[in-house]
Amino acid sequence: MKRRTLLASAAAVALAFSGTAMAEDKTKVGFVFVGPVGDGGWTTEHNNGRLAVEEAFGDKVETVFQEKVPEGADSERVMTQMALSGADLIFTTSFGYMDPTINVAKKFPDVKFEHATGYRQSENVSSYSARFYEGRAVIGHIAGKMTKTNKVGYIASFPIPEVIRGINSAYLHAKRVNPDVEFSVVWVYTWEDAAKEADAAEALINQGADILMQHTDTTAPMLKAEEAGILAFGQASDMIAAGPNAQLTSIIDDWAPYYIERTQAVMDGTWGSQNTWHGIKEGMVAFADMSDKIPTDVRAEALQMIEDLKDGSYHAFTGPINKQDGSAWLAEGETADDGTLAGMSFYVEGITGDIPN
Amino acid sequence: MIRLEKRAQPSQFWTFATPFLAVIMTMIVGGIMFAALGSDPFEAIRTIFWDPLFSEQFAAYSRPQLLVKAGPLILIAIGLSLGFKAGIWNIGAEGQYIIGAICGAGMGLAFYPSESFVIFPLMILAGALGGWAWAMIPAVLKVRFGTNEILVSLMLVYVAENLLASVSSGLLKNPDGMGFPGSRNLQQYPAAANLEIFQSTGMHWGVLSAFIAVIFAYALLSRHMFGFQIRLAGEAPRAARFAGVRPSRIVFLCLGIAGALAGMAGMFEVAGPAGQITIDFNSGYGFTAIIVAFLGRLHPIGILFAGLLMALTYIGGELASLMLGIPSAAIQLFQGMLLFFLLATDVFINFRIRFSKREVV
Amino acid sequence: MDLSSINPVLLIASLMVSATPILLAALGELVVEKSGVLNLGVEGMMITGAICGFAIGVNTGSPVLGFMFSALCGALLSLAFGILTQYLLSNQVATGLGLTLVGLGLSSLIGKPYEGIKSPTLQKMELPLLSDIPIFGKMFFSHDPMVYFSVALVAAVWAVLKFSRAGLILRAVGESHDAAHALGYKVVRIRMLAILFGGACAGLAGAYISLVRVPQWTEGMTAGAGWIALAIVVFASWKPWRILIGAYLFGGVTVLQLNLQAAGAKVPIEVLSMSPYLITITVLVIISARGNHGAPAALGKIFHASR
Repeated sequence: MKRRTLLASAAAVALAFSGTAMAEDKTKVGFVFVGPVGDGGWTTEHNNGRLAVEEAFGDKVETVFQEKVPEGADSERVMTQMALSGADLIFTTSFGYMDPTINVAKKFPDVKFEHATGYRQSENVSSYSARFYEGRAVIGHIAGKMTKTNKVGYIASFPIPEVIRGINSAYLHAKRVNPDVEFSVVWVYTWEDAAKEADAAEALINQGADILMQHTDTTAPMLKAEEAGILAFGQASDMIAAGPNAQLTSIIDDWAPYYIERTQAVMDGTWGSQNTWHGIKEGMVAFADMSDKIPTDVRAEALQMIEDLKDGSYHAFTGPINKQDGSAWLAEGETADDGTLAGMSFYVEGITGDIPN
Repeated sequence: MIRLEKRAQPSQFWTFATPFLAVIMTMIVGGIMFAALGSDPFEAIRTIFWDPLFSEQFAAYSRPQLLVKAGPLILIAIGLSLGFKAGIWNIGAEGQYIIGAICGAGMGLAFYPSESFVIFPLMILAGALGGWAWAMIPAVLKVRFGTNEILVSLMLVYVAENLLASVSSGLLKNPDGMGFPGSRNLQQYPAAANLEIFQSTGMHWGVLSAFIAVIFAYALLSRHMFGFQIRLAGEAPRAARFAGVRPSRIVFLCLGIAGALAGMAGMFEVAGPAGQITIDFNSGYGFTAIIVAFLGRLHPIGILFAGLLMALTYIGGELASLMLGIPSAAIQLFQGMLLFFLLATDVFINFRIRFSKREVV
Repeated sequence: MDLSSINPVLLIASLMVSATPILLAALGELVVEKSGVLNLGVEGMMITGAICGFAIGVNTGSPVLGFMFSALCGALLSLAFGILTQYLLSNQVATGLGLTLVGLGLSSLIGKPYEGIKSPTLQKMELPLLSDIPIFGKMFFSHDPMVYFSVALVAAVWAVLKFSRAGLILRAVGESHDAAHALGYKVVRIRMLAILFGGACAGLAGAYISLVRVPQWTEGMTAGAGWIALAIVVFASWKPWRILIGAYLFGGVTVLQLNLQAAGAKVPIEVLSMSPYLITITVLVIISARGNHGAPAALGKIFHASR
């Protein structure tokens, strides 16, 4: 009996030692999510990125996450607790976490932070975002070719640069192949309110839109498009389950490559603060399968555009482009610089309606 | 047949015993829920109630955070409790909180980038006045027309929320914010920032105000004539009228104090922990404070503890979700249970349970 | 701007669909408040109804069963409220808020496995003959059965409250529980029935969102509709037909706003979204100023039959 306890305690000590050793080996990666992981859009994709990190590194990483974290003071506390719990790298995945991330990072100089979609960096805070507008260029092209009523419905969340950029990009490329195309933009002032998004989709459908684009996170618009027998593009995730007949394709936010790369950098000790804006080339913007409904020639053009965006031979904002008021923005052949794109707060020429403020 | 018999006097014993009883019942039922969700119930309960206070890893940080989280709850709940005692049901504290924050932040930002020391006191004043004015709407309507204040104050929450959305993407929008909605961050504007009074204690001016409010309310209710009138108006409105208590005065004072305190809470929050006005700046403090007021039995000291307990379940809940992967919904349910059990056990204070045979009429 | 692209027929038709959940929930709450009880937990019961109805709808493939189950779940949750407030004499405001907390937490726990799934939905039911009427047929008579049910329920509640003995007793209890008690009515039992009815209506309202209007499950998908329902009861000054007007007005403002935007009109979104609440306050002031205080006299007061 005694011997046994002795052995057991020896084992326990050994275990404890190996435990701490292992804990030190393991890189702990934390994720702060704004929505529930099952939202089927934005947060789901970030969570998929987290799962990809786990898969890529196996035993060498441990991931933790917290969902439905309100922006502001609560998020600051959640991040701090995550850092206290021993996280080495923390991804904060909503714009509203920007200032809290900077604050917490100041208190934990050894922990690395990655903030999505913001514009502030510091010694140990990087920013990252995706060039969703490249994806919007492709779907704009397809929509321009395929609309019969020449009316494309666009469900927009908040009038922030990212959303405005998407509208402009989609519109420019639709207009290029179909001079008669019109965009109806509806601002719903929410990222996730299924009922309101459904109402917005219905309003657009009732007014003759035959293709829907959305920059909100639930699949409600896709469901409504399916119900009405029209076409639509998904957002953030593959929404094919909601619209098996309606979905033409979907712009997918694929965070996995980036999350794996940054986790690796922390492991190697090569992590440095940077401002990342990745697009199709790096695989951060991807597409769901193209529907059979897209005519062969249109599909070929779309795939070609994806290739051109990928190898950099084409930029989604290439002049000549005028602003909505008719003033010149980009001259023939000129491409937009990242600074202007990052703070974009104007429509391009041809879009009707005003950006609300 | 179980029958309730009204006690002549509220039971002293049960007044103190029920909160503990409720917490224990919540732990039992909550533990069963956590077990059903596949977590170790004992570990979960320990993480929620013990770790924020005593864990080596977290306590140094979470203890001050308890104050940060409890401060606005206590401040608002104290104001509400005065009205609730008098039978005035202001359930629109959330709206008063929002307006206070907008006015306070607006005042501060109007002076940007001046570094004058008067800015912060002016902001407190603006916040209190904003909340007061917002609460005066139901007060005036009640006194003048007899309009139900529960409903008016609730409606005004939605009006305030829409105003908040409007100013955060319009009037107060940060001109250097790259086109994103939301005001400048007041934490980065020292003259307007609500900083910690002592480093790393969580004690910011709002928490201090909450403590002052507790003492003030305690003195008012136990020592002052007005406190007596409030209680009389709530418990025996007719008697109050005979005693010369003017109902309109009670309405104005109760709603006014509640509004001003809620407005101050909003201002302290926006200038401190939250930092900026954003579209969804309000996170439900105004509604949670109603729960806190009842958990604290409308008594100032009770509210102090109830606010801290509520904050503990928030912070402990976050820890449980971080360390044990318990879904945040389970924590919400857990808080709901706590409230339900407390309300259910409240009956022992004023009533005696009698088991008797069915009476023959 | 091209307002001609708004088709008034379709506008009104989609407005009716959009307003049906708040109509059902408000109608239930009206009955509860008529009995003198204020249940602020509508949002919690709605969201629970939404997930329970959805889950049963998905598992059985029958939306009708889903609706029935959602009513049951809504009622069950309201039973907790009823026991606390009627038997254990807890404060109604606090209990109602607690109910919302419980409902939101419970629904998201139950809902985890149902995310991203599509449910069977109710088919449109074109009423024979009526749906052939030009314009009006498409506007009013080409909906799913729940839309008709909700309107029929308004009529039923109105008739019961106005003409039946049960309605009279319910109102008496809401006006003065002591007097009703003195007359020998079982105040608590009557109130419990009213609370259960309110819970069932809220459950149906939630299920309408998750089974018909969207139809899918996402966490927190009722998005404050329960609170709007509370406002509508006030707006309607506790009269069933005005509930119908109020629900269509509140629902209509959102639909109209989205349609105006789609047509390219510049709309002051915040002003429009706050207008129903301002109108409600105005209505409340007007009815109060007339000397009629509007609300049932015993609303929110605790009843204990002490001797």
